[in-house]
Amino acid sequence: MRIAVLSGKGGTGKTLLSVNLAAAAKESVYVDCDVEEPNGHLYFKPFIITAETVHQPIPVVDPDRCTGCGKCVDFCQFHALAHTGKNLMIFEDICHSCGGCLLVCPEKALAEKNKEVGQVTLGISEHVTVLSGEMKIGEASGIPLIHHLLKNATTYKNYTFIDCPPGSACIVMESIQDADYCLLVAEPTVFGAHNLAMVADLVSLFSIPFGVVLNKNLPGENPSETYCKEKNIPILARIPFDQKLGEINAQGKILVREDPKWKKIFSPILDTIHREVKHETVAHFKR
Amino acid sequence: MKIAIPVTENHFDGNVCPSFGRTPYYLFYDVEGKREEFLANQAADSPGGAGIQAAQFLVNQKVSAVLAPRLGENAAQVLKGAGILVYRTENDSIQDSLLAFEEGRLKILDEIHPGFHNHGEK
Repeated sequence: MRIAVLSGKGGTGKTLLSVNLAAAAKESVYVDCDVEEPNGHLYFKPFIITAETVHQPIPVVDPDRCTGCGKCVDFCQFHALAHTGKNLMIFEDICHSCGGCLLVCPEKALAEKNKEVGQVTLGISEHVTVLSGEMKIGEASGIPLIHHLLKNATTYKNYTFIDCPPGSACIVMESIQDADYCLLVAEPTVFGAHNLAMVADLVSLFSIPFGVVLNKNLPGENPSETYCKEKNIPILARIPFDQKLGEINAQGKILVREDPKWKKIFSPILDTIHREVKHETVAHFKR
Repeated sequence: MKIAIPVTENHFDGNVCPSFGRTPYYLFYDVEGKREEFLANQAADSPGGAGIQAAQFLVNQKVSAVLAPRLGENAAQVLKGAGILVYRTENDSIQDSLLAFEEGRLKILDEIHPGFHNHGEK
């Protein structure tokens, strides 16, 4: 089962939740898809088994063959190509590597080169397989790396936890698209509730079953909780706003490995997801 | 000589548009023949690469110069590659800009901003 952990804003507790869930599940895979600033490895400190450089195909033009017909320019939906009348310009940062320009070129003037976009590592930390990606500095998009990470994660173990990048943009969509369940982490603030609503809309669009974990809970008003109740979104757990928890986490330690008492918060989340996903597969055949 | 200006409306009552790639219209003006044509910018609602798409449109329209207050770097590369000169407009009046250009008062736009990418472009 693939469980994606996401939130509308950074710093709500995606890594806290996904790292501790992966450690609480006996056998699991943890995938750090926050390739712009991966931090899951700081907790797992994995023993690295393989490291691989990831490339993205980018078109290159043979100027002797290009007649300037403009077919590739018209075809590219991302406008990564322009023809100045003298030569073909290729904007590498805008290219999505679909390969379409090569197909439509009647002169076979385009070929592909491999551009390095970053590195992925596979490591082990106790019972957890840790997959992590890191973008090459200066790259515009982490999507090729995430694609590579998730492709590599397919064959492993019972649980795969996908630690998503913050927000609700393309990079998050790439991370959740094959998830069986989405866990949304939310803070007890008005801003937190606003960002929760954005990701709730996103996962609804993907028709993926989802639930919310309320983090940093304090007594009193919780706008994120109010939002969940209004929208009938299941609340799977409440993590307290706790100084001890904060201290352990800030030291780069994994709560459930430090003291089994923390499992009481995280393990029931897995049981609930199991029930929800089973129910969902019976109730809906949308996906 | 044909020049282009990004404009907010498809008539002379509009203003020079502060955005090059996402302007709703371009005014194409034939300086010698004193003829104008307003055309919609197909790149205005493009999810990405609007500057490149808009610059390609102007290249295809065979303009020799562009009058604009500012320009992103991708659009600037395409226009430069095609040998199209870009002049900086001094206010948002279309008529003032045309007159200033014809009298040779506009300066070449050489400050290129890095664009409004990464989802900031609206």
